[in-house]
Amino acid sequence: MSAMDSTRVERVEAEGIARPPTSREIAVDRCFRWATRILAGFSALLVALIVLLIAKQAIPAIRKFGFDFVTSTRWDAGKSQFGILPELFGTILSSAIGVALATVFGVAVAVFLTQQFIPRWLENLLHNVITLLAAIPSVVYGLWGIFVVIPAIRPACNWMHAHLGWIPIFGTPLVSVGMTPAGIVLAIMILPTITAVSRDAIAAVDPLMREAAFGMGATRWETILGVTLPASKRGIYGSIVLGLGRALGETMALAMLIGSTNVISPSVFSPGDTLAALLANKFPEAATPVDLGALMYAALVLLILTLLVNVAGELVLRRDVTRLRREEAVHKPPKNETVA
Amino acid sequence: MAAVAHPSMFASPPTASPIDLRQLDRSLRRPRTFVSYALSLLCGLLAVLAAVPLLSVLLMLIVRGGARLSLALFTELPPVAGVAGGGIGNAIIGTLLVVFIAALISIPIGVLCGVYLAEINPDGRSASVVRFCARLLTGLPSILAGVFAYGTVVLATGRFSPLAGGIALALLMLPLIVLTTEEAVRSVGQEMREAAIGMGATQTELVWQILLPTAAPGILTGILLALARGAGETAPLLFTMAFSDYWLSHRLMEPTASLAVLIFNFSKSPFENQKEIAWAASLVLVLIVLVFTVGGQALSRRARRMAGARI
Repeated sequence: MSAMDSTRVERVEAEGIARPPTSREIAVDRCFRWATRILAGFSALLVALIVLLIAKQAIPAIRKFGFDFVTSTRWDAGKSQFGILPELFGTILSSAIGVALATVFGVAVAVFLTQQFIPRWLENLLHNVITLLAAIPSVVYGLWGIFVVIPAIRPACNWMHAHLGWIPIFGTPLVSVGMTPAGIVLAIMILPTITAVSRDAIAAVDPLMREAAFGMGATRWETILGVTLPASKRGIYGSIVLGLGRALGETMALAMLIGSTNVISPSVFSPGDTLAALLANKFPEAATPVDLGALMYAALVLLILTLLVNVAGELVLRRDVTRLRREEAVHKPPKNETVA
Repeated sequence: MAAVAHPSMFASPPTASPIDLRQLDRSLRRPRTFVSYALSLLCGLLAVLAAVPLLSVLLMLIVRGGARLSLALFTELPPVAGVAGGGIGNAIIGTLLVVFIAALISIPIGVLCGVYLAEINPDGRSASVVRFCARLLTGLPSILAGVFAYGTVVLATGRFSPLAGGIALALLMLPLIVLTTEEAVRSVGQEMREAAIGMGATQTELVWQILLPTAAPGILTGILLALARGAGETAPLLFTMAFSDYWLSHRLMEPTASLAVLIFNFSKSPFENQKEIAWAASLVLVLIVLVFTVGGQALSRRARRMAGARI
């Protein structure tokens, strides 16, 4: 027991006559409990409140543009023509690049951190480095992307365009900003999410299962690929879905790196746009109620997209947790006394 | 901390074994062993590569941002296009102000909400709904928090202001504070609750005199991490607080500068001086964020040690 606790106990004893609460204390108690209840209800209502407010502001635009808004490719405030198909396409393509890269690296790091490859202090160091990645503000990643990532990858990308340009995904050169730098920076930003969640899932695998695999003569990687990863696959899927949710809504780094160009191109080197970047670029200069309505409509689409993905991720992870708890309750692993 | 039972540890040959002992031989010439080593190498390579971006970001911040560190950086206004010199004084003040407003809003609500989840009604259906909503809020794109604050505050007051920015940031900080407070209050030992209730404390007295003081390090960790997140956010400030080239005036309800928006604006600038200022502002912003983050992590380590000592 630490020093702080013992002084508190002494103080309670000094004041302290054990006695039933007075009626005033009971009234205060009741008020306080209601206050926390109301605040908790308010926090829960916030999600609904956000959806309702954005939907309400978007209603005029929904009436006016209808479903064409999602399938049209023009965004011309001057002519009051609005469509977000290129932004939807760019959101999904950049997120796909980011999630694919981050999954490979994130799961590798999670395995590396949990399977006793390196000494404990090195594990902690690497873990802290990955956690710190999440602390760097998005706008700083954007700046770093412009001045470091783009110059670094441009030669390789343009070499691929020159030699493999007949494949549509390498169909344009990387001039400066574009999908590939955006996807790479996005991958770095969601790497901590994927690593943290899948690391927890892998660490939760019963060590007896690994030991059994080793005992049967499996190599380290036969154990990882055949036992550990399959046993934790739900948590890893959950981490990928949550990472996708973050990627879809990520704003500043993409607004700085993707080029904000209203095109749909199969090339991963072409500039594009995302829903979040569109909002960041167009909101500050929205002049008329029609512009604003269209932006609110776009915000609503983004909100629904991310909410669906996040709900899916939470459900996947929650099922995983409840299933683990149930299994633990059914067979408590016996204390292993044979290990000398 | 179970030591790994690596197969090679058990390879001491018993005299007469029914197993073919060559099966246990771990020579690189055997494909199974070779694949295992190769995959280990690949995995290590990926892990090292994953650490490179952080080092690169920090290096760039120190080299390019550190070059402009001076007193003038903190005391002068941002330079206009094509002019030398200048600083980020108003942006630092703006960032601190908006984070302060966000903290004023989100800390009381978040802490009491966390107390509700951990203590007042921990197992109820309503608590699991609140918890689920808080998790969903952590995944809310920051730009949508800005859209929400725009729709409520900016449209109502008719102007960009630190208040609108603060509300947007509070929305992003709230779920972090709720979830960490819940965890911290929950981890207070059961015997302390029982002792307090045995003395005749009401639940309110239990919360204020026992649970919150004991859980304070954990709660503070959550608050610091939330502050770090708030300070680094740009997107919601773009159209709630906007930007200003001047010092904060006494009126407060007007567009205000912030470090994050300054970096965004100057990153697109063709002028070398403004780019340098953007890097210097990034360095200052990352330092502010890291102070909060590292402070929070140190506190949480201490809290865990204390919890360990108590058991």
